[in-house]
Order: sequence, then C-alpha cells, then structure tokens
Amino acid sequence: MADASTSSRGDLKLTRITKSYSDFNAVDDLSLTIKEGSFFALLGPSGCGKTTTLRMIAGLEEPTAGSIHIGTTDITTMKPYQRPVNTVFQNYALFPHLSIYENIAFGLRRRGIKDVKSAVDKALDLVELPHLADRKPNQLSGGQQQRIALARAIINRPALLLLDEPLGALDLKLRRQMQIELKWIQKEVGLTFVHVTHDQEEAMTMADTVALMHDGKIEQMGSPADLYDNPKSAFVANFLGQSNLIDGKIVDSDGDNFVVDLFGQKVSVLKSRSSAKDASVLFGIRPEKLRIQPSDADKPGNVLTGGRIVDVSYIGVSTQYQVEMPWGQEIMVFEQNDDGIPPLAKGDGVRLSWEPIFSFALDGHEDATAGSEVEVSE
Amino acid sequence: MAFLQAAARRANSFTGKRSRLPYLLLMPGMAFLSIFFILPILNLAATSTQSPAASGEVGSYVQTFKFSNYANAFLESREQFARSFIYATLATLLALAISYPLAYAIAFKSGRWKNLLVVLVVAPFFTSFLLRTIAWKQILGENGPVVGPLRALHIIGQQTTLTASAFAVVTGMTYNFLPFMTLPLYASLDRIDPRTLEAAGDLYANGFTTFRKVTFPLSLPGVVAGTLLTFIPAAGDYVNAAILGNPSTKMVGNVIDSRFFRIVDYPTAAALSFMLMAAILILITVYIRRSGTEELI
Repeated sequence: MADASTSSRGDLKLTRITKSYSDFNAVDDLSLTIKEGSFFALLGPSGCGKTTTLRMIAGLEEPTAGSIHIGTTDITTMKPYQRPVNTVFQNYALFPHLSIYENIAFGLRRRGIKDVKSAVDKALDLVELPHLADRKPNQLSGGQQQRIALARAIINRPALLLLDEPLGALDLKLRRQMQIELKWIQKEVGLTFVHVTHDQEEAMTMADTVALMHDGKIEQMGSPADLYDNPKSAFVANFLGQSNLIDGKIVDSDGDNFVVDLFGQKVSVLKSRSSAKDASVLFGIRPEKLRIQPSDADKPGNVLTGGRIVDVSYIGVSTQYQVEMPWGQEIMVFEQNDDGIPPLAKGDGVRLSWEPIFSFALDGHEDATAGSEVEVSE
Repeated sequence: MAFLQAAARRANSFTGKRSRLPYLLLMPGMAFLSIFFILPILNLAATSTQSPAASGEVGSYVQTFKFSNYANAFLESREQFARSFIYATLATLLALAISYPLAYAIAFKSGRWKNLLVVLVVAPFFTSFLLRTIAWKQILGENGPVVGPLRALHIIGQQTTLTASAFAVVTGMTYNFLPFMTLPLYASLDRIDPRTLEAAGDLYANGFTTFRKVTFPLSLPGVVAGTLLTFIPAAGDYVNAAILGNPSTKMVGNVIDSRFFRIVDYPTAAALSFMLMAAILILITVYIRRSGTEELI
C-alpha cells in the first residue's frame, strides 16, 4: 500500500456532491473547498446532511453524484483504507479488545511502519495520557477515550482529520476544555481538521471557517464573525445566536446606506449588509447590540421609540429584557450590567438604539422564524 | 460453601437486617441441586468402587473400594474413549465452520430478516432429538437425496453407503448440535458495534485484516461458548452413534449405556461416567485458559 500519509496533500475539494436515498437527498449538489491546514466546521441541525458529507469524505458512504479530491488526487471511489483520511468517531469506536497502546498503534501497524513505539509514545504525550498505555478502553472515562480516539487518528498524520461530533458525549465543562485543547492540537500538528457539530458555539469557538448546512445544502460559509455579523438568511440569523427580525420596507437610498421604514419609524442599514431582493426586507439586529434607555433619553444612531418592557430577567453579567413595540412584536435586548445603573423595571416605557453598522437586512419574503425552532438535541 | 457466606455478607452490608434473604432465595435451587445432582453423583462415586456380591446375583454389588475398576474400565474402553473425543472434536470443528458464516450473515447482512433467521436456527429444537437423528438417517439412506447424486458424480463408489458409518455419526452430531454453536456466535457478533469495524477500515485495514484483527477477536467469547456447548454434549452423546453408526463407531456413551442397561455392570459404568466427566472438565479448563477468555464467559 502506498504511504497514505504523504502521497496526497492539498486542499479538500467537494464538487457537486449529491447523496440520494430512496425518498430524499441527504446532501444536495454541494460544492466546497477546504484549505489545507485549516480548521473547518460543518455546522447544522440534525438531519441537515453534515454527517453524511463527512462519511462520504471518509469513504464510508459513496456519493450518488459528484467527486471528491484531495489536492489533485481523486478519492471519490477509493476504499476507506486507501484514503489519507482518518476519523474521530462520535462514540470514539475504540477497539475494546485491544490495549490503549495497540489502539493507537493500529493504523501504523496496518501500514507496516517501523518504530511504532516512539510514535505511540509521542501521540500519548500529545493527549497527555502516557500513563494509560496498558489499559483497555472500557477502563477509561469518556474524556480519556475521546483523547485516545484523537491520538489514534492523529498518529497517522492524515491529509485530513475528520471529527464527527467528537465532544457530544462530554459534559459541558470538559467540552469547553477539549475545545481549547483540540484547537491547540490542530495548530501544533498543522493538519486539516473537518469538524462536524450541531453546537454553534463549539463551531464558532474552534473553527477558522464555518459552513452552516441546512437541508443538504450549505446555507452560508465564512469566518465565525462573518456569519454572525452578516447573516444572509433568516436561518443563519436565527441558528447562530439570536436575532430580532422586523418586517420593513426600503424607502430610500443614502450613500452607503438604505433607509428602511419599520412600521413608520426610519432606520438605516449598510448596503453591504443587505441581501434584500426588492423593497421588502426583514430588518435584523442582535439583542446584545441594542441599547435600552428610558423613553425621555436622547441618543444618536438608529432609534426605535414607543417600547414597553414586558419582562426582565437578571442574569448577573447581563439583564435580558423583552420589549413590546407599538406594532405588537416583542424585541429581545441583552444589556451588560457594567454601568452601575439598576435595571429598568417591567412596565417602563423605553426607546431602543444601536449603531447602524450592527444591523443587517434579509430578503423580506423569508420565514422570519426559520432556524429558531430547530431544537438542538444533546 | 464460602461463596454463599460471601454473598450473604455482601447482601448484609447493603440491606442490613435482611441478611437471611439471600439464603432463602438460594434454598430452592440448592435443594434441587442437592437432591438431583449431588446425591446421585455421590451415589455414582460409591458405586464405581464396588465389587460383585458374594451371592453372585446379577446386579448385586457391595462396597469394597476397588479402585482398580477405573483402570480396568479404561483399558477395556480406551478405543471408544478416544473415538468419543475425536468425533466430538470433528463435529465441533464442522459446526464452527458452518455456523460462523451463518451467524456472521445473520448479524451483519440480514437486515430486516434477522429475527426470522434466528427463529429458523432454533426451529429444529421444536422436534425431538431422537426424531431429528432418525430423519438424518433417512436423508443419508439409500432412498435419500444425498447418496444418489454423490454416486452419479462419482464422488463416492457405487457400492458405498453413507449410513452406519463414522461419517454419518459425525455429521449427525454436527447437525444436532448446530444451534448450540450458532446462537452464541450470533450473540457475540451481533454485539459488535459496527462503528468499530468502520474505524478499522478508516485506519487502513482492508476487509480481511478487519476480520482478522477486529471482528474475529471480538467474537471469541461466542466461539468459546459455542465450541463448549457443542463439544461437551457431543463427547457424551450415544444416540447418534447408536442410530447412525455401526459396531466400530461406538463411543464411550454407548459403552456406558450397555454396561448399565444390558450387562448390568454398575461399577464399570459408573467408573466410565466419572472418567468421561473428569476428562471433559480437564479439557475445557485447559481450553478456556488457553483462549484467554475467562473474563468473557
């Protein structure tokens, strides 16, 4: 067998990949390029096709149409064991009958590589578990098994490391810690990581580039900040964090800005932040970008007046307000508790203001609730 | 009964004053075992060292602690002993060779037919052991579907018969004990997480290597359990040899049978029974140790 670790390097390229089952397309005409050495996250709700995409890259599923390349090598029809790709499985899938040492050495032994010992020792050091070499997988905690699964994959120096919800089974604290460690390990070894997750926070924390998938297609792809600040659809705006989306109409153009009418009040949005197709828009603003003041205060920037607080939740670092606007819609506001002023009370009349650069405009014909009701299952 | 006390102590530390409960729960089982297993075994042990009574009456024996019964019994029947273990080993290997692919297919490839296939494996048990053995005799007999084609293809001679032969005995045992092999194999193969097999493929193992390094080792508990469940009854079996064999395929079970019920030589029959039991115990102990699956059984 060719030395899979060095034979093909380069960007991963998916070209018009489709995976059809009898009654639906799990992945639908998806094209994607992942830069060599990057940390890439495929994010989406369950059933969006992200795991199917990953399994096609690993060779565990065959695409119905399309091709997969690493660098210039076409790997579309290669068997899993022929690909320079390794996977960290969701349930780790360690070999229960083998010691931790033999689990990690498995890939090297199959490829007939000499000097297994020093490589395994190095991999165990990397995941900081050198003392567990002689144990069996079932004697390890979930977090330890997770690291061993990572070591077992990384030791092969694949062109591509696939991670299928690798942190899904860990508790919250351990997950946070592993997110930071995974990121560090990726920098340390310099491999391309493709990480599949339904946890938007996890994807944003770890990845250089995030592709948000929905119904077998990529909804939007970009840096975490780009996706968060400049969503192109209601699904993205609602799936990544929370958004207030208000029906509006573009009534004027003013330099770099559109002037938008929201139920009689005029606000502005950068043209570069608008994906409107005609005058009808969904005007978006994130709850933490809003400032809330008593209704007699005077603030520059975009302002909406006539709000009334209907709910106040004090969370410590911030206070969350639900503000009912004159047209009946409730707007969510997160206010940092950093100014020493006691929170406003329920029933107070308020006005909302924000810097115009923080707002965005979506196609007004979209469903404003898309992506918000997708409950993330743990 | 040290383990009883240990069990009681453990129960005690959990439940405090309910310390008598484990003993009470054990009572029916222990009583059954004492009456129907331990007492007969002791009786058999006593019989095995008896000598014929001075009266000379048939079937009348007195205790003389005549341990030479064992040596005599062994010397007279060592051929049948050897045959028992050879036949049982052959039947076990044949059953393993047939059952492994079957169990593998049911566990990994059968999809929604899985439960039906498992039922079909067990289905022969719905008829009696004796009936199945006689049916096997019919199948291999002169008018059965096997002999004709084999003769036509010159695989066996025109005068060769399959019944009343070692072949019939071994295949009969294989057939009769097949479910005992298939079920534990299926159970252990079915327990294997298919993702560990995907992981092996992901880590550069091709199909054959995956089987050799992952699937087979993980199915070893089933292999050990299946071979034991086949070998033990096969080694002591006498029905197959009686119905499907001839005088030169007699197994130790047949000797015990005839000593007890035809010659009425109770001491020799008892000594043979004990030696068979001891031989099987020693063999399986060595086997389990060697296969390194003590913890898995």
